[in-house]
Amino acid sequence: MTAGVHETTLGLDHRKLGMWVFLGSEFLFFGAFVSAYILYLDTTAGGPGVEIFDIPFTSISSFVLLMSSLTMVLAHNAHTRRDMRRMRMWILATAGQGAVFLGGQIFEFTVFYKEGLNLTQSPFASGFFVLTGFHGLHVFVGILLLLSLYSLTLTGKVKPDQDLKTEMIGLYWHFVDIIWVIIFTVVYLIPDLLMEA
Amino acid sequence: MSQSTPTTSRRSVFSRPRAEKGFTSWITTTDHKRIGIMYFFTVLVFFTLGGAESGVIRAQLAQAEMDLVTAEIYNQVFTMHGLTMVFLVVMPFGAAFFNYLIPLQIGARDVAFPRLNAFSYWMYLFGGIFLYSSFLLGGAPNGAWTGYAPLALDGVSNMAFYAIGLQLLGVSSLSAAVNFIVTILNMRAPGLTFMRMPMFIWMSLVTNFLLLFAMPIIAVALFMLQFDTVFGAQFFNPATGGDPILWQHLFWLFGHPEVYIMILPAMGIVSEILPVFSRKPLFGYAAVAFAGAAIGFIGFGVWAHHMFTSAIGPVARSAFALSTMFIAVPTGIKIFNWVFTMWGGKLRFTTPMLFSIGFVSMFTIGGLSGVTHAVVPHNAQQHDTYYVVAHFHYVLFGGALFALIAGVYYWFPKVTGRLMSEKLGRVHFWTWLLGFNLTFGPMHMSGLLGQPRRTAVLPAELGGTVELYNLLSSLGVVVLAVSALVFLFNLIASIRAGAASGPDPWDARTIEWLSESPPKHYNFAEIPVVSHRDEFWHRKYAEDAAGQPVAVPAGGSEDHVTAEAAAHGEGDHDGHHIHMPDPSYWPLVMCLGFFPVAYGLLGPTPWLIGLGVVWVIIGFFGWIIEPVAEGDDDDPIVEDPAAPRSGVAAH
Repeated sequence: MTAGVHETTLGLDHRKLGMWVFLGSEFLFFGAFVSAYILYLDTTAGGPGVEIFDIPFTSISSFVLLMSSLTMVLAHNAHTRRDMRRMRMWILATAGQGAVFLGGQIFEFTVFYKEGLNLTQSPFASGFFVLTGFHGLHVFVGILLLLSLYSLTLTGKVKPDQDLKTEMIGLYWHFVDIIWVIIFTVVYLIPDLLMEA
Repeated sequence: MSQSTPTTSRRSVFSRPRAEKGFTSWITTTDHKRIGIMYFFTVLVFFTLGGAESGVIRAQLAQAEMDLVTAEIYNQVFTMHGLTMVFLVVMPFGAAFFNYLIPLQIGARDVAFPRLNAFSYWMYLFGGIFLYSSFLLGGAPNGAWTGYAPLALDGVSNMAFYAIGLQLLGVSSLSAAVNFIVTILNMRAPGLTFMRMPMFIWMSLVTNFLLLFAMPIIAVALFMLQFDTVFGAQFFNPATGGDPILWQHLFWLFGHPEVYIMILPAMGIVSEILPVFSRKPLFGYAAVAFAGAAIGFIGFGVWAHHMFTSAIGPVARSAFALSTMFIAVPTGIKIFNWVFTMWGGKLRFTTPMLFSIGFVSMFTIGGLSGVTHAVVPHNAQQHDTYYVVAHFHYVLFGGALFALIAGVYYWFPKVTGRLMSEKLGRVHFWTWLLGFNLTFGPMHMSGLLGQPRRTAVLPAELGGTVELYNLLSSLGVVVLAVSALVFLFNLIASIRAGAASGPDPWDARTIEWLSESPPKHYNFAEIPVVSHRDEFWHRKYAEDAAGQPVAVPAGGSEDHVTAEAAAHGEGDHDGHHIHMPDPSYWPLVMCLGFFPVAYGLLGPTPWLIGLGVVWVIIGFFGWIIEPVAEGDDDDPIVEDPAAPRSGVAAH
């Protein structure tokens, strides 16, 4: 591990503890948006509602995002083994899968927009776009972080023994994935099931 | 601060700044003490502005049917008064104490993330400047600090400034919360277990957890408001089925914990001061600590008592009435413990002690009127009357502000090495107490007689009694203004020429007084090892057979090494071997980028947002790339003093 871990009271690196604390806060952030979405599930103002979702398509992009957690773990694992070449490869793979997911989201938004669902259309639409949009923004920030990590390993700023940096970005990335699991279930799947029932 | 980086590498844009004196050293500082001082002086400026706004309010309401200012100006002024006092005065006043005291009281040399700490300060300052710039850019927010929808959605309400400005301040609070939580959990001196922590540290920990969990909720509410006002989203628009009550829920789910965010630091300060001037340990230490934690938990379950007159239904009203009454229990526990701390003690009525006693008494009055709000029918009568204004000023002014000022008097010698004038301090206290009660006491009565809040004129139909109460309130503000000037004069005069305080002017109990006054930038030459609660007291006193404190002769205790002795001892202890975080200008650079983002979001103006985002990202990269000259966060080889330092500065 890195500097001074044995000197901290809890034996945990400050940065790692800080990241966990921050992610605790982020759960409340998405929690509030998800609550608002659930509140407005039926408030469609005559426009399209949950029936607009294309579950198979979103399932595939969700699968891609979930698999990116696997490559993130592999990247961290490679970094702890000081195998920077493989670490960089898995980092790129993770960022790439994040990009595929984002592309899927942009495509999905475009389709919805063409079918008459837009931000200003109804509280349901606002809730959907802002919630999933903020998740997309988190993915985008994650991709930026991954690409920065990639470049900084090339310049030598991130060294082979600093696997903590990969671990921290990994924590963030896994968090974004977990939030998507919740969003996909609550926003897409459960309303879809309720509609069919 | 950069003594131990000799000129090994060439300077570049990424080199850490080196100034130790002057303007540059302040804007690049990462020293928690300097940041705390900057917080304090910024708070003074905003307090003056907020106070001036209250002067306008009281001048307008001094008599019935006055038209000193227009209703539009009045609405802007009372909204900004609320926003200023909550977000730009009381909260950052608490943060000033967190910054200065947390590392000193836990025996650390700085906070966990020094640059993030600077970042928090700049976000606070710029958030405040952004909010106040609204006066020049078409008018300040005028929809009250609660920003209720759908009023806040109205184009004339200027609430976009509110939505974005509070967002900036939220980023400041959130980053500070992460920083302080990690600092308290992870940087305590050896032996400083949870149950030995000074009570201020306990209350800071609870407060920062409250911030951590409350800030994202207001962020969501503000984003929704922002999307509604700027991008035409429909969250709170009843026309398409949007629910304004959702705003109230989200706002108060943040807003009520916010109340405890403002009061818990004050409670922590008082819990430090009362034992010192009673010459007794804090009565019921564990009870006070756990009562604070209990307030933190229950504080998230009482929010709807702000909404008893909104459409939330009888079940919710009953449940929240009960939880609201319940939260009075831990608060009451604290008040009794403070009283028992003083009971039988050798009381010294210094200025900090007077303000602390003032806090306990005034806060109790505010707490009792708070319990009356928990009774739903009673609440319905009081809702939106001056009775509510009286209540929350008794807890926030009579409570939080009294304790924060007590803290200023108490720790002033720590920060400056000088004492504030006790004589002027007493004048300040008694005029402050008188002015405060004269201003806010009558509001209980005028409120119960039906005077509504947030109205730009005092209606004559309320009658002569209400008018008299309002006149008294306005006179009270004059007394408060005079009192504030006394304080300001005392502060400036004492900074310039106060009597030297020595290292321990109050016969204090906690380890921040082990360091010099003012502390060296590394705080402690040697990190103290803590073996007791009230560690500093136990280093000074032993107990005789009857349990009375007996002074330990200097050097009599084996661990009795004062910082001063150590600092002036061998060359090894002169602090030069201590690796302190270097200054950095990247927090400032990064924060400046939020200006274009914030102004761009008002329009929205995409190119301005783009410029700001790019600026912030550049600042972020500068932050990452700048060399870690002193191993403050990622240099793995500082353990070995023989290791070449130049290798660190090279990358």
